[in-house]
Amino acid sequence: MIEDTAITEKGDLTINIGPQHPATHGVLHLAVTLNGETIKKVEPHLGYIHRSIEKMCESLTYRQFIYVTSRMDYLSAHINNHACALCVEKGMQIEVPERAQVIRVLMDELTRIASHELWWGAMAMDLGAFTPFFHAFRERETINDIMEETCGARLTMNYMVPGGVMADIHPNFQRKVKDFIKLYKQKIKEYDELLTGNIIFQNRMKGIGYLSAEDAISYGCTGPTARGSGVSSDIRKLYPYEVYDKISFDEILENEGDSFARYLVRIREMNESLKIIEQLIDHIPEGDYQAKTKAVLKLPKGEFYTRVETARGELGVYIVSEGATTPYRIKFRSPGFSNLSALDHMARGSKLGDLVAMMGTLDLVIPDIDR
Amino acid sequence: MRNEELKIKITELLPMASFEEGGEWLNINLDANDWLPFARQMRNNEALFFDYLFCLTCIDWKAHLTMVYHLSSTKYRHTVVVKIKLDRAKPEIETVSRIWKTAEFHEREVYEMFGVNFLNHPDLRLLILPDGWEGKNPMLKDFEDPINMIRL
Repeated sequence: MIEDTAITEKGDLTINIGPQHPATHGVLHLAVTLNGETIKKVEPHLGYIHRSIEKMCESLTYRQFIYVTSRMDYLSAHINNHACALCVEKGMQIEVPERAQVIRVLMDELTRIASHELWWGAMAMDLGAFTPFFHAFRERETINDIMEETCGARLTMNYMVPGGVMADIHPNFQRKVKDFIKLYKQKIKEYDELLTGNIIFQNRMKGIGYLSAEDAISYGCTGPTARGSGVSSDIRKLYPYEVYDKISFDEILENEGDSFARYLVRIREMNESLKIIEQLIDHIPEGDYQAKTKAVLKLPKGEFYTRVETARGELGVYIVSEGATTPYRIKFRSPGFSNLSALDHMARGSKLGDLVAMMGTLDLVIPDIDR
Repeated sequence: MRNEELKIKITELLPMASFEEGGEWLNINLDANDWLPFARQMRNNEALFFDYLFCLTCIDWKAHLTMVYHLSSTKYRHTVVVKIKLDRAKPEIETVSRIWKTAEFHEREVYEMFGVNFLNHPDLRLLILPDGWEGKNPMLKDFEDPINMIRL
């Protein structure tokens, strides 16, 4: 399978999509080999936004390196920070207060909704529908405002620190989140009316970019990409962290494995996230928002691995420590990198116009792939 | 399977393997020559069924390089970590991209960042770094680049 079956014949055409192309949502470069309109091969060229975050982290302390990771998957900044904080806590054996745990989960789920909303709008725009983008941003702005009040930032929040969260929630937080829940419940119907039930949209998505369950695992796909193929891969369910094992929510699975299945997974996942927020928002326990930690953190000699579920899939943080104040080696197993590797397999044999529909449902964030 | 059971099962398959315990997951130390046949067994053995390679990376220990493979089974939900020491002067190891397809990209990343040569890899080229960086491996500890790298 992996052997190159695409032999360039006479009449084949190679075109470059990106690195500056609106549909790649960032600086991704795809070299596509075509025969007529049929795709024979998709070759991703990465690195246009590579900052070598892993190398950078080797000279940053365990308190500092977390802030760099907000710049990886900037749409899941909270969840990236969360993964790193969890890894440091695991190594230091820091007990996180329950209040901080609940705040973290709330922030993660708000981030997930915001991220999926951006994906939804951007994907529709790729397919030529402009209206959904404005609808999605209307709700996303509300979340960004909530974030801004509590974290001080709208995109790269840097709110999670080893031991808890940086500051307590804003007094308005609970009220504003409840307002958001009310607003969202009214507006989510519009999403389905505008796009999900649209026959033109469905025709473009159904049967496109098929990925079997076995291939999804082999390519290391995670998150909605894998769950659209029926692979159970939700880290929140499989390896629960924080309070995820105490709240009820469902792992969304669709078995078709095409672009529409991946679309449905994300849409339904937003409702699950809302369910989690509803369960927690009135039950934020009193207490500290941060555990007492030493001023200088030193992880004991050894190796530590944690994984969390970001909006795009499984993010793994692998720290190798030599007992110093900085990590000896750090590796981020980013979900986008593995998901992108399946694109060539999915796209072969399809039409060029459908490539955009496939990329849209992979939900690629380029800084997350390049790191 | 729990770590003890995994250990017994893996010793049956490969008596030369040595183990490190104490961490969350069972660590297996292997010789580079044993890796490919062992990887095939890990993937295809019904009782082990390690079908999901979720992290593939390399560590530069200055004296040698260590390849680290995190393997998991989506069926049994058990996890092992395979570690293979490589000679730093001539790092070479068989590719596993035919067993786990995700390895193709990850191995390309390790190739450019650490200079590990993956034998029989279908498409071993630079992935992230631009053309002209062949032979310069930024993630090695002794890499120096006064222009692009800022020391804190």
